[in-house]
Amino acid sequence: MPMHIGEKEFTKRVDKGLEDDFMRGAVRSAQGRLQTNRANAADELGDWEEWRSLGQEIRQHTMENLDFYLQQLSDKIAELGGHVYFAETADDANNYVSEVIANKNAKKIAKSKSMVTEEIALNDILEENGCEVVETDLGEYILQIDDHDPPSHIVAPALHKNKEQIRDVFKEKLGYTKTEKPEELTLFAREKLRKEFLEADVGITGCNFAIAESGSFALVTNEGNARMVSTLPKTQITVMGMERIVPTWEELDVLVSLLTRAAVGQKLTSYVTALTGPKIEGEVDGPEEFHLVIVDNGRSKILGTEFQEALHCIRCAACINVCPVYRHVGGHAYGSIYPGPIGAVLTPLLGGYDDYKELPYASTLCGACTEVCPVKIPLHEQLVKHRRNIVEEEEKSDLAERLAMQGFSIVAGSGNLYKLATRMAPLLVTPFVKDGSISKGPGPVKPWTDIREFPVPQKQRFRDWFKNREKGGSERAKRGN
Amino acid sequence: MPKGEIKNRDKFLNNIATNLGRERRTLGVARPRWKNQVQWNVLSNHTEDQLVDVLEKQCKSIHTDLVRTDQENLAQTLLGVIQGYGGKSVMTWDDPRFTTYHLINPFESWKESQNIAVHQWDVENGEESIRIAEQADVGITFSDITLAESGTVVLFSDKGKGRSVSLLPATYIAIVPKSTLVPRMSQATREIHQRVEAGERVASCVNFITGPSNSADIEMNLVVGVHGPIKATYIVVEDR
Ligand code: SF4
Repeated sequence: MPMHIGEKEFTKRVDKGLEDDFMRGAVRSAQGRLQTNRANAADELGDWEEWRSLGQEIRQHTMENLDFYLQQLSDKIAELGGHVYFAETADDANNYVSEVIANKNAKKIAKSKSMVTEEIALNDILEENGCEVVETDLGEYILQIDDHDPPSHIVAPALHKNKEQIRDVFKEKLGYTKTEKPEELTLFAREKLRKEFLEADVGITGCNFAIAESGSFALVTNEGNARMVSTLPKTQITVMGMERIVPTWEELDVLVSLLTRAAVGQKLTSYVTALTGPKIEGEVDGPEEFHLVIVDNGRSKILGTEFQEALHCIRCAACINVCPVYRHVGGHAYGSIYPGPIGAVLTPLLGGYDDYKELPYASTLCGACTEVCPVKIPLHEQLVKHRRNIVEEEEKSDLAERLAMQGFSIVAGSGNLYKLATRMAPLLVTPFVKDGSISKGPGPVKPWTDIREFPVPQKQRFRDWFKNREKGGSERAKRGN
Repeated sequence: MPKGEIKNRDKFLNNIATNLGRERRTLGVARPRWKNQVQWNVLSNHTEDQLVDVLEKQCKSIHTDLVRTDQENLAQTLLGVIQGYGGKSVMTWDDPRFTTYHLINPFESWKESQNIAVHQWDVENGEESIRIAEQADVGITFSDITLAESGTVVLFSDKGKGRSVSLLPATYIAIVPKSTLVPRMSQATREIHQRVEAGERVASCVNFITGPSNSADIEMNLVVGVHGPIKATYIVVEDR
């Protein structure tokens, strides 16, 4: 299961998240900041509801005509001399990329952040083939250096780590000698990665939005690594989820405007880079050879179903940043590279109910996610639909199976809120401290049986907190953002 | 450039059509007229001068300095900014606007008078150009279109207009002719869309650059200067 991260069992992953005070502190403050930035940016723009409706309308039209727009996109790219491969499965995509790399005899690959390549576990395959793959987004780089720690947020992948942990990872793995100041850590990574960019044979990027009319695609970034990856290596491979497309440049404007505000509260990120084909004859920088890989990997099964709108997602993470459950359990608890409300909707669709039946229950159904989604995906309604489907399946299944499934009903109903509350109790962890900071311990410190004994006051605290959350929610609604 | 290959398309797209519950659509899909056109309300009715004010204000939140000047004083202003960055090695585009704005002679004279070497992007010596850009203290380009709302310079790549010039040097200066100002991204993307409709090939790289590179990946602390330039200045020039 390539999309899968961490422990197999949902409860174990949740426990791990609940025990990690550092992570929860980081998540809480990040959520707060991102949320405020988003709200301010939406306010400042004005007409936010109209913008969202426009985004929704564009996504709807595009999805309903997806075959047409993908055909147009691929025709245009081929006209410009680029190659397009349509990959039905993760294996198809990985095999094609491996082939291109083998043909180039390439050894070093520089990658910019891409969720879809995480989803298909491209790095694993390339490394098996003997390539060195360098993640160049700062957050992804930190995770990669730390023995491939999985991402916990789709916009800020290393959100669960604090700066002391990052310093220690750099120290241990790369011989870093300076302090935990973010500026110094960043400068160190800049120098390390600069060398990698210049040496890389192949650049691999994701794709925020392809533009059908001209065979282009846009990368929305802040660090500049995606620019490096698409400027220096001679061969470029771009991997896109098949739904990440807009009809024309005019729709690119609307969706990028929504994305940057909803994701980070910026009017535009530092770099929106729109690339069209390989470099033009006579140009110095840019790739000589360009390949686009369009990935299905279970997406087409969502088309034409009650979940089609899940494909409208533009991966802004606004829903993750408001989610009270994410706030408490962190990204890793979802067991998927797609966490939070959108992860709870999308992961079971891509990975199946067998492995991810708990995720639709990892929600209080407060609706905050739906309220902030810049393209108006009815996320909490989709979670309810999932639950209905799961219950129906459960009823069809035999008794033994039904009993086995009871383990996942943790957040459903008020009695279960209590269970969740006790599980969320702040724990007296015995962290594995090194130089005054926590480093990775060998799995949960306390078994789940101990945690269950936590007393009633914990329940009270959760309820209070939850009530305040709801108040916050309705106040937000009143403010109209 | 020979045509590229497309592989495995029909099966893939037929499957999409089947799941959508209809025949495959290969022709004749037209964009609807979107019910909302809110993007055109933003900063509508702003004069060019008002747009410069908006740009100036926005520059404060994107860690970018903005300097206003006129054509006569452009070279001097530019020199001041380069010196402020401690620049000794500078890389510029090979762009006719440097001639139009009378910058070539000053550039040449700075070698002697200021000990500043100004290099021009050179298609004939591609690898060398990239190497120089990578070592340069300052990269200078013109802005092709400038977005007031977001504080963005839009750069269209071309032979003389290498992507590296605004990316690899430690700092970046954009010369912004005032006439390139538009309210926001909508005007720029509409222009590109119209050129596509007219059959033009889009530049291989269109960069929308908004200030220096940055990251918030470490505990959500904003750090300016990650892979791209660490500092940026826009010089707005009166050009009519
Ligand atoms: S579901 Fe909506 S809010 Fe969540 S990541 Fe996708 S677009 Fe953003």
